[in-house]
Amino acid sequence: MATQTLTRPALSSTSAAKLRQPRKKMTAGRAAVLAVAAILAVLWLVPFAWATATAFKSEADAAAPKISWIPPSGFTADAFVKVFQDGNIPLWTWNSLYTSAAITVITLAISALVAYALSRIDFRGKKVLMTVIIASIMIPPPVLIIPLFYQMVALHMIDTSWAIILPQVIHPAMVFVLKKFFDQIPRELEEAAVMDGASRMRIFTQIILPLSRPILAAVAIFVFISAWNNFLWPFISTNDGSILTLPVGLQTIKSAYGIQYAQNMASALLAALPLILVFLFFQRQIIKGVATTGLAGT
Amino acid sequence: MSSLATSESAEQAPSLPGRSSRNPSQTNQPGKSPTSTAQSSPRRSRDNLNGWGFAAPFLAFFLVFLVWPLLYGLYMSLTGKSLTGANDSLIGLANYAEALADADMWHSLGNTLYFTVISTVPLVLVALVMAALVNVGLPAQWLWRLSYFAPYLLASTVVSLFFSWMYNPQLGLINDSLAKIGLPKVAWLNDPNVAMWAIVIATLWWTVGFNFLLYLAAMQNIPAQHYEAASLDGAGAWRQFFSITLPQLTPTTVMIVLLQILASLKIFDQVYQMTAGGPSGSTRPVVEYIFETGFTGYRLGYSAAISYIFFGLIVAVSVMQFFITRRRSA
Repeated sequence: MATQTLTRPALSSTSAAKLRQPRKKMTAGRAAVLAVAAILAVLWLVPFAWATATAFKSEADAAAPKISWIPPSGFTADAFVKVFQDGNIPLWTWNSLYTSAAITVITLAISALVAYALSRIDFRGKKVLMTVIIASIMIPPPVLIIPLFYQMVALHMIDTSWAIILPQVIHPAMVFVLKKFFDQIPRELEEAAVMDGASRMRIFTQIILPLSRPILAAVAIFVFISAWNNFLWPFISTNDGSILTLPVGLQTIKSAYGIQYAQNMASALLAALPLILVFLFFQRQIIKGVATTGLAGT
Repeated sequence: MSSLATSESAEQAPSLPGRSSRNPSQTNQPGKSPTSTAQSSPRRSRDNLNGWGFAAPFLAFFLVFLVWPLLYGLYMSLTGKSLTGANDSLIGLANYAEALADADMWHSLGNTLYFTVISTVPLVLVALVMAALVNVGLPAQWLWRLSYFAPYLLASTVVSLFFSWMYNPQLGLINDSLAKIGLPKVAWLNDPNVAMWAIVIATLWWTVGFNFLLYLAAMQNIPAQHYEAASLDGAGAWRQFFSITLPQLTPTTVMIVLLQILASLKIFDQVYQMTAGGPSGSTRPVVEYIFETGFTGYRLGYSAAISYIFFGLIVAVSVMQFFITRRRSA
C-alpha cells in the first residue's frame, strides 16, 4: 500500500491537501497531542544529546562521579582530536562507503534486470524462477553465516572487501518491489520501440529505467542503509584492521578504549555523522524510500 | 516479506479492468494476441533467450552466495566438520540429536523468543502512537519525523555505545535521573532479571522509527472524505481514531507485526555488543549461540545444525504469515 504513494499521484496530493488545511485553533486536545509528541521527541533526542555532551568533555569530567551536562572544566574537543590521531575512523568510513556503494550498484543492476524479465518477457521456466525467488525471501541471513564463511575461506576471499560485498547483493524482496513497479508501466510505451526493432536491452535501458527513477532511488536507499549498518557478516568475514567497515571497527574501539568515555562517544558520533547528514539533506527521499520498500521485508 | 502477498497481486495486475481502462490504447490489446501467436516460434525462442539472459546475473549471485551455502550448510550439519579441520565425515543426524538435548541451545532459543514477544509489543504500539500524534497535523512535520526516525539510521554498534554509557551503573545518565526522582538505581546490563528489558529499551529507541514511518504512510493514505463524513456526524477525534483510523490500518498492522516478529527473531547485534549474552547467559539469543559454537567452539557442523533448527522456526513463522496475509487478501 505504501508503494502506491509513488505511483498514484492522486493519493499523495490528497494527503498533501490535508496538510495544507488551514491551521486549526489550539484546543485542549491539540495541546495534549503536542505535549505528548514533544515528550517523546525529547526522550528520543536525549541519547544523542548525552553522547554529544560526553564527547565534548575531558576524560576526567566524563568519568566524574557527579554527573552534569555542563562539565566543571568546560567543553573541549580533545576526545575528537585523539580519536582522529590514533583512530582509523576515516579509513573505516571510506571502507563502509565504497563497500556499501558497490553493494548498492550491483544489487540495483542485477535486481532490475531480473525484475524486467519477470515483468515483461514470457520465457520458459518463469513461474519456477518466480517461486524460487519468492521462497528465498524467507531465508534469514544468520542461517548462512557458517557455510558462507567456509565458502569464503575456500575462495580465498576472507579478509578482502569481496567477502563483504558479494554475499550482500542478493535482495529477493527488492526484485519484487521493482517487478511490481515495472508491471504498472503501460506496455504501449514500449510498443513503438518494438515496431522499430529495438532490442530488449535497448527498451530496458532507454524506456523502462528512466521511467523507474523513483523506485530505483527507493531501492538504492534501502539497500545502502542496510549495507552501511550491517554488522554480523562483515564482523565474521574480516579481521584485518585495514578493511574493517565502520560498525565493525567501532566494536574493536569499544574494547580498546575501555573506560575512555569521551573518546567512545566521540567515535560513535563520528560514525553516526555521515548517514545523519545525508538524512538531513535528503529527508523527503529517504522517508519516501523507506515507506515504499519497507513493507517488502527486511 | 510482504512480497509474498504483493507479488500475487502484481501478477494479476495486467488483467485488472481498472488498471487497463486508464490506458487510452486499451482497444489494441485484443488485436495484439493473434499477431504474436502467428510469429510464435521464433519469438518464443528469442523470449527464452532474453528472459534467462536478463535473469542470468542475478541468478549467478543467487546460486553461488545463497543456494550453494544453504545446501552446503545442510550438508555440514550432517558432518562433524570443525574449524580445525578434524572430522569431515558424515555422522548422520547426530548433531541434531545433540542439539535437541542441549540445554544451552534451548535456553538461547527461549531468550530469542522471549525477546521477540516483549519487543514486538512496544515496537508496534509506540510506533502507532507516534504516527497518530504526527498525523493529527502538528506543525513542523519534519522535526517529528527527524527525531523519531533518526536513530534507525545508526549502526548497531553506535546504538550499543550510546546505551552502554547511559546504562552505566555509577556514571550513567539513567541511574542518575532515577536517583534524582528518588528511585533506586538499577544494574541495567548486569542484572539477569533486567538485562533483556534494557536490550528491549535500546532496540525500541533504535528501530521504532521504521514502523512509525510505515504507519504514517498508511495513515496519510486514508481518504480525507472518511474523516469529513465522520465530523459531520459529530464524531470526535478519539471516536474517529478508533472507528476510522484503526480499522483502516488493520492490513498495515498485520504486516508490521509479522515483519517485526521476523526481525526480532534475528536479534544478535545489540545483545552481543552490550552484554555479550550475559549476565550468565540470560540475554544470549540463538544467533549468538550459533556464532559461538561455530567460531569460538570451532564446531562448524554442530553450529550448522543449530542454524537449521533456527531456520525451521523462521520458516514456520513465515508460512503462518503467508496464510494470514493470503486469507486477508482473498
